[in-house]
Amino acid sequence: MERDDIIEYSLDAHHSEEEGVKIRKKIYFVTILLTAITAVEVGLGVWWHSLGLPHTMVQYAFIIMTLVKAGYIVAVFMHLGDERRPFLITVVVPYGLFIAYLVFICLNEATTWMESRILYNWLF
Amino acid sequence: MTGEASKQISTAELWGGGRSPFSISYGKMYMWFFLISDALTFSGLLVSLGVMRHKYSDVWPDSSHVFHAFPFTGPDTNLPLLYVALMTFILIVSSVTMVLAVEAGHRMDKKGVTKWLALTIVGGLFFLLSQVWEWSHFIHGTEHGVWEWMDGTRANLVDGAGNLVAKWGDGITLTFLDGRESLTGAAAAAMLESATQVYGANLHVNEYGHQLYADFFFFVTGFHGFHVFSGVVINFIILIGVMKGIYHKRGHYEMVEKTGLYWHFVDLVWVFVFTIYYLL
Repeated sequence: MERDDIIEYSLDAHHSEEEGVKIRKKIYFVTILLTAITAVEVGLGVWWHSLGLPHTMVQYAFIIMTLVKAGYIVAVFMHLGDERRPFLITVVVPYGLFIAYLVFICLNEATTWMESRILYNWLF
Repeated sequence: MTGEASKQISTAELWGGGRSPFSISYGKMYMWFFLISDALTFSGLLVSLGVMRHKYSDVWPDSSHVFHAFPFTGPDTNLPLLYVALMTFILIVSSVTMVLAVEAGHRMDKKGVTKWLALTIVGGLFFLLSQVWEWSHFIHGTEHGVWEWMDGTRANLVDGAGNLVAKWGDGITLTFLDGRESLTGAAAAAMLESATQVYGANLHVNEYGHQLYADFFFFVTGFHGFHVFSGVVINFIILIGVMKGIYHKRGHYEMVEKTGLYWHFVDLVWVFVFTIYYLL
């Protein structure tokens, strides 16, 4: 049965040739950016010892570069940046808050675990 | 992107009922919700990896010392992380071809969608084969292996020139990995009697260091690899649909967009696996 009270949002997603050129330009820009960040990450991973950089700083740099990459993939490749703002918030905020809390609490706990492991010379 | 989501509509009308306030079709929305649940699974794996990595941070192996081989270049290759970086690059490029397929779909360009989707499948297959090689290399291990005792002590055999060797003989030194004094001659030979030689890694032994390092390698990259595999299968099914003209007749290529969301998610997860497992 045909229903005329349902809006077919998917039929509305088309764009013209000129807009396509602009969108492709953006896609190629993001491609180069992601490749460059990956190259920097690998270079840092291989040479940070000989460059004499502090390990903590290198680790934070890795995490920041990864989050930048993830942001571009989600916003541009997955088009989340083009969706309506309430949808973006629905997807990103609950997940992001939960994971930020989980990472914080678990890594804190694990560091204490490691310290007592070494302090009391546990075998496990 | 044009479409319903970027139209200027007043909040009152948008949230007043009779329409989706997100201006999004149910299929796409549920793909997003599935991806959130899948992301929670991967987060669980990666956070537990982080916990164990912190707990054993004094004995955790350095990935750039484990993954330094390259296919077809022999056992002495020392190119740390380069092949993993290449795999990452290939997955990113296949994500790009996917987004180009979606873009071609928005212009109702059937030929373009077919071409880019086929290239995406090729990239996915290349990644899977690389994963197979990496697993095989990790499981088989180095040519010299490592000697292990019941109490967890580990040692290598080193010849006069400082190279690691597999077999005990004259002029070979037993070098312990925890830094205690090396043994030679009869003392070393007697000690080796009670040791076993370990090559590579599986769920029971791990040549490269802590056992959990191998366990997490298999679980995290295996779970991700299974996602890549199912992504390739789904993309292939959609490609058949595109070639038969099903979506062209329907008037939109949203199926390509939905499977594209899944494919980008697989790339997204690999970005995190690459950082957390290989780099940190």
